[in-house]
Amino acid sequence: MKALSLNNKYVNLYITTLLFCALFALGSVLYTGFFSGQVLLNMFIDNAFLIITAIGMTFVLIIGGIDISIGAVIALICMLSAYLLEVWHLGPLVVIPAMLIVGAVFGLVQGIFIHYFKIQPFIVTLAGMFLARGLCYVISIDTVLITDPFYQFMATYRIPLPFNSFISVSVLIALAAIAAAYYILNYTRFGRTAYAIGGNEQSALLMGLPVARTKVLIYTLNGFCSALAGIVFSFYMLSGYGLHAVGLEMDAIASVVIGGTPLTGGIGFVTGTLFGVLIQGVIQTLIMFQGTLSSWWTKIAIAFLLCVFIVLQRLIVARKESRKSLA
Amino acid sequence: MTGGSGFTFLEYPIHHDFSPEGKVPVMSSILTAKGICKYFPGVKALQNVDFELQAGEIHCLMGENGAGKSTLIKVLTGVEVSDAGEVCLERKKIAPSSPQQAQQLGISTVYQEVNLCLNLSVAENIFIGREPRKYCGIDWKEINRRSRVLLANMNLDIDVTQPLGRYSVAIQQMVAIARALDISAKVLILDEPTSSLDATEVNKLFEVMQKLKQQGLGIIFVTHFIEQVYAVSDRITILRNGELVGVYDTAALPRVQLIAKMMGKAFDGFEASIKKTAAGSEAEEHAGFLAVRGLGCRGSISPFDLEVNNGEVLGIVGLLGSGRTELARIIFGIDRADSGEVLIKGQKVKLVCPADAIRHGLAYCPENRKTEGIIDTLSVRENIILALQAKRGWGKYIPRKKQEEIANKYVNLLRIKTAGLEQLVGNLSGGNQQKVILARWLITMPSLLILDEPTRGIDVGTKAEIQKLIRALAAEGMAVIFISSELDESIRCCDRMAVLRDRSKIAELSGQEIEEQVIMQTIAGV
Ligand SMILES: Nc1ncnc2c1ncn2[C@@H]1O[C@H](COP(=O)(O)OP(=O)(O)OP(=O)(O)O)[C@@H](O)[C@H]1O
Ligand SMILES: [Mg+2]
Repeated sequence: MKALSLNNKYVNLYITTLLFCALFALGSVLYTGFFSGQVLLNMFIDNAFLIITAIGMTFVLIIGGIDISIGAVIALICMLSAYLLEVWHLGPLVVIPAMLIVGAVFGLVQGIFIHYFKIQPFIVTLAGMFLARGLCYVISIDTVLITDPFYQFMATYRIPLPFNSFISVSVLIALAAIAAAYYILNYTRFGRTAYAIGGNEQSALLMGLPVARTKVLIYTLNGFCSALAGIVFSFYMLSGYGLHAVGLEMDAIASVVIGGTPLTGGIGFVTGTLFGVLIQGVIQTLIMFQGTLSSWWTKIAIAFLLCVFIVLQRLIVARKESRKSLA
Repeated sequence: MTGGSGFTFLEYPIHHDFSPEGKVPVMSSILTAKGICKYFPGVKALQNVDFELQAGEIHCLMGENGAGKSTLIKVLTGVEVSDAGEVCLERKKIAPSSPQQAQQLGISTVYQEVNLCLNLSVAENIFIGREPRKYCGIDWKEINRRSRVLLANMNLDIDVTQPLGRYSVAIQQMVAIARALDISAKVLILDEPTSSLDATEVNKLFEVMQKLKQQGLGIIFVTHFIEQVYAVSDRITILRNGELVGVYDTAALPRVQLIAKMMGKAFDGFEASIKKTAAGSEAEEHAGFLAVRGLGCRGSISPFDLEVNNGEVLGIVGLLGSGRTELARIIFGIDRADSGEVLIKGQKVKLVCPADAIRHGLAYCPENRKTEGIIDTLSVRENIILALQAKRGWGKYIPRKKQEEIANKYVNLLRIKTAGLEQLVGNLSGGNQQKVILARWLITMPSLLILDEPTRGIDVGTKAEIQKLIRALAAEGMAVIFISSELDESIRCCDRMAVLRDRSKIAELSGQEIEEQVIMQTIAGV
């Protein structure tokens, strides 16, 4: 019984990992050519930006917050990079750091509103979402293509790996982001304070933890992650357009939740988030191989998964509550 | 503490060597507060209060529920900002604006109620914010090792890597204390740290406090247990209705006077016996209400038999972790029993969830008010009416007038200190929140009322009132199961007692056996 409840927290993480393996195995059995390293690596290549932004979202959900502005921020970053590169003719060495700063500041301001003015994060980031989308159209209502040679290079360059497979630079960035997030969450005070805030903000405050700073920094970090995702996305799309990444915030939230991080905060795993994204990737790939289904079936499958997972989380919590005060 | 006397409920080792002749070295004040005022809407929580703490003393802060003790502590530690007055630490004016700052200045605090994160591990709760590091990250091994040592010093042997939420309130309270003790500080503040602890744990805590006092720490200690005050403190500051009554040497202030000064009037509540003595009418009145045969749940409590009769108060006594709460939970259907049966008025019934139990006339007032009882964002009236409304069904709305009438009656009866019926319960003092919960279950007039630590954190005067009330309810024919870690309280209230040890029922006492010495021996098994 003890071992069972010990694992409660990780149940979703295990299920997600197993489900991913099962779906991958299913594809391998059904379709020839599915079972290859490259199919797996392609999931990373196609979803690198989603991985990065979902990591930022994991932090936000751990403290029990939410951020629905990230899709719009990604669009804004794409548009702004395109504009600065193509119209102002600035170099990537200037544009990329500037974009990261813009994203971080955007997050910082939202964080300040959320913490110091005590406004619901949903409301603040809803406003942020409208603002960022609006700004896209202020810059341009049309698609702005990126012709910068560095961006072109990043879009097409493939890092060769053994066995004839390859990855893109974006994948490396995503993997680095995962490693960094894992370290921050498990081995730094900042990360642990995030879990404490998610557990009970009032208690965290009374324990003498820097609640205000941590909360604001988490939204800043999330802004930074969405800017990084925006840059990776612009490598992928090579354009800025006001309708880029519409609804991406929901994909990110779904990935995080499927990865075992509940919306109530206090619990969360980056590795779970990675598998949350990859599950979406594997469903996409399955549908691609199947060939006749519309790609919207991915969304339907995700909707189904989300339902299952949220119900599962509720059941676990309910069971835990009825078990309390053992010991 | 010596192992043999580990089970005394009342006698704490008396260490203080205070003598008016001045054997004690001249002490310097370490923390002072002058003219502190704090107002909340409709409440003057503190009015012009002075407070002085010396290095190397244990200073008790006393007062009835809602007197302003916790508020003063919150002002001293930067949780609340005072409306007037100033605070000095070692003669330097300080104005901490957050508990973090106060901690950095050298004030370590255990606030009332457990303020820890239940999702984090026990070890992390002790060390978060000041984790030992290795290479460039948190050293988890070291955290777990040191936590084990710290808890072992308090005679607590638990798995420190488990989430804190899996343990009982008492253990959570111990963890909170361990955390505060380990923060090297100049001032240690403990706001009702002992409310859910047993004598053994309390003694251990006192031992540590004495050691820290010797090292020159100033300790502020809040409690409603008069015995503990005399066992450990050097001086007492008394507050009443947010105003300072005075500062006294503990040795020079008799108990009766202490209580009188807290209440603002003479107190004789504990003198008279409240148990009815008319033994003649027992036979017909004491019809059995609930009978339990071999009820048990593996890992929680071993199978036990129990009978509760109408018109009697059955006490459940035992040490911390002996299964008192588990027994109540299993009867009320919160925990699933895996063996045994329950009979109500001779009829076999199945109680698999609390709703079943409520339908059969049971009510359960849980021990952990913060997580299982109070709804912070509802008003006093709404919190009191809740269970009654639920019992009547949501379709039969109790008219507002009637609600106010009932709520008002119990606010007066239990002396709930509130700015009004519409005050949010979250704004009440800890003891007053407890009274609200109690009122909620009392008004449902159940046939069997299970009270788990009903007087935790409640002041002496009201405690006596509540005990009287419980006896009065029993006299009207209600059956009551009374769980308390305070032995003298159980002795005063109970007609019979079931004694628990190591999660099983070992004995039942009644009549003449309900006496301190006998109970203690039964618990200890000698
Ligand atoms: N945030 C708040 N808003 C309104 N009133 C408050 C607030 N906090 C405390 N009070 C009021 O201030 C008074 C003093 O409360 P405090 O918590 O200091 O009492 P206490 O002496 O600690 O009592 P107890 O022994 O029950 O813990 C109470 O009447 C309480 O209702
Ligand atoms: Mg208090």
